[in-house]
Amino acid sequence: MKFDISAVDLYYGNFHAIKNISLGIAPQEITAFIGPSGCGKTTLLKTLNRMNDLIEGFSVKGEILLDGNDIYEDRDVNLLRKRVGMVFQKPNPFPMSIYDNIAFGPRTHGIKKKTLLDEIVERSLKQAAIWEEAKDRLKKSALSFSGGQQQRICIARTLAVEPEVLLMDEPTSALDPISTAAIEDLLIKLRDKYTIVIVTHNMQQAMRISDKTAFFMLGEMVEYGNTEKLFSKPKEKKTEEYITGRFG
Amino acid sequence: MKKTKPSDWILKILVYLSALITALVLLFIILYILVKGVPYLTPSLFALKYTSANVSMFPAIINTLITCVISLCIAVPFGIFTAVYLVEYAKSTNKFVGVIRLMTETLAGIPSIVYGLFGFLCFVSYFKWGYSVLAGACTLSIMVMPSIMRTTEEALLSTPESYREGAFGLGAGKLRTIFRIVLPAAAPGILSGVILAIGRIVGETAAIIYTSGTAPKLMHDVFSSARTLAVHMYALSTEGLHMRESYATAVVLLAMVAVINTVSTLLAKKLQGDM
Repeated sequence: MKFDISAVDLYYGNFHAIKNISLGIAPQEITAFIGPSGCGKTTLLKTLNRMNDLIEGFSVKGEILLDGNDIYEDRDVNLLRKRVGMVFQKPNPFPMSIYDNIAFGPRTHGIKKKTLLDEIVERSLKQAAIWEEAKDRLKKSALSFSGGQQQRICIARTLAVEPEVLLMDEPTSALDPISTAAIEDLLIKLRDKYTIVIVTHNMQQAMRISDKTAFFMLGEMVEYGNTEKLFSKPKEKKTEEYITGRFG
Repeated sequence: MKKTKPSDWILKILVYLSALITALVLLFIILYILVKGVPYLTPSLFALKYTSANVSMFPAIINTLITCVISLCIAVPFGIFTAVYLVEYAKSTNKFVGVIRLMTETLAGIPSIVYGLFGFLCFVSYFKWGYSVLAGACTLSIMVMPSIMRTTEEALLSTPESYREGAFGLGAGKLRTIFRIVLPAAAPGILSGVILAIGRIVGETAAIIYTSGTAPKLMHDVFSSARTLAVHMYALSTEGLHMRESYATAVVLLAMVAVINTVSTLLAKKLQGDM
């Protein structure tokens, strides 16, 4: 297992957002978190690279192991976030050129050589399937691209620091169907090299691309298992009701 | 077709009228100064040395620029870093933050003559700097700091949270995120605050008559007394002997502010274009 989450409780102040959850996230697989709004799936995702540390009053109980090491015991949160990259719900390229967007991460981690940076930028953009559209406009502002292109630039930016895990918080919810399809194809290609965890509201998306699915409700994990099984023969009544669209 | 009610017409006329009056007043002031001043813009007014015969404003122009630069060198870092502390570091529950906000708001509303008096008592008398450019610049920097701080604060607050998240998510630390991502994104807003500050510094008289003094010579170091352009103009017109030259000075002052504003706006546009 890449991530071992055991008996984890998450709180925002007094609000109990995640209740006693344990699950393992396997490497070279896509794990999808699904569930109705406010079920805590994004909270759990953002705990895996400690992005929740930025929120006042957030606290964790339990143990989250990355390759066997407790992520909350290790002091170097920046190194953790380099290993566990994140793509956000809304494309958030920085207001600078594409090149500088992609190079920001590597530069942060000490890479200064121009030729090496050029290489990283090209490789990352190719990996994120945006190279063809971007190669002649590397010096142009990233904000001049469309939403779907911006999201692929953001994925390239995350890949540029060579993470081991990719966390994706509803990465296609702000995009049109064609851009969504492009990003789904991309994720399937990236699966061989990375551990991917994706939060999605779109159940078809979870079915199409994920290997494992975890279904959350009101801060509890109702069911976790192989995507195919979970969607065809759910064990729990609540899961069945949710995936057949009776609520949520 | 939509029918226009009479009240719509009245409002429309009022809107046009207000715009027209505002523009006309401004135009009138500018024209008045130009007509009264331009004919007396003689080369002797820009002589390197001031004498009571040529009342050259050249030393005052240089003094103004230097005073402006020193004031900004003090006020801009303090203003920006205070704003960075308030927005990026202080916890929302911190009582100190409320105190700083209250103080800056109060400082922004104080008449400039009060700053002049404070500068006189503190820098000129207590620190024994005498009437000096340094005392003037320090006073001016205290005067413009609150507005620089407030505009920077607004600019930082309007920088999307998603930029910070993106940077942190790549493993960037707090300092790097602030200096490489947040501050550059907020630069146009910060710059507009600095432009306003420049305008106030160049146009200020009350606060520096008491601190910089009114010596018409070119300053030779920061401890010498020196008058800025605005003070020069004020002095000429109160003496009553050189009214024409006073208007000519006003023309130059006007041109100076216009040039500074244009240059800074272009700079701001360039900054944004690069991003």
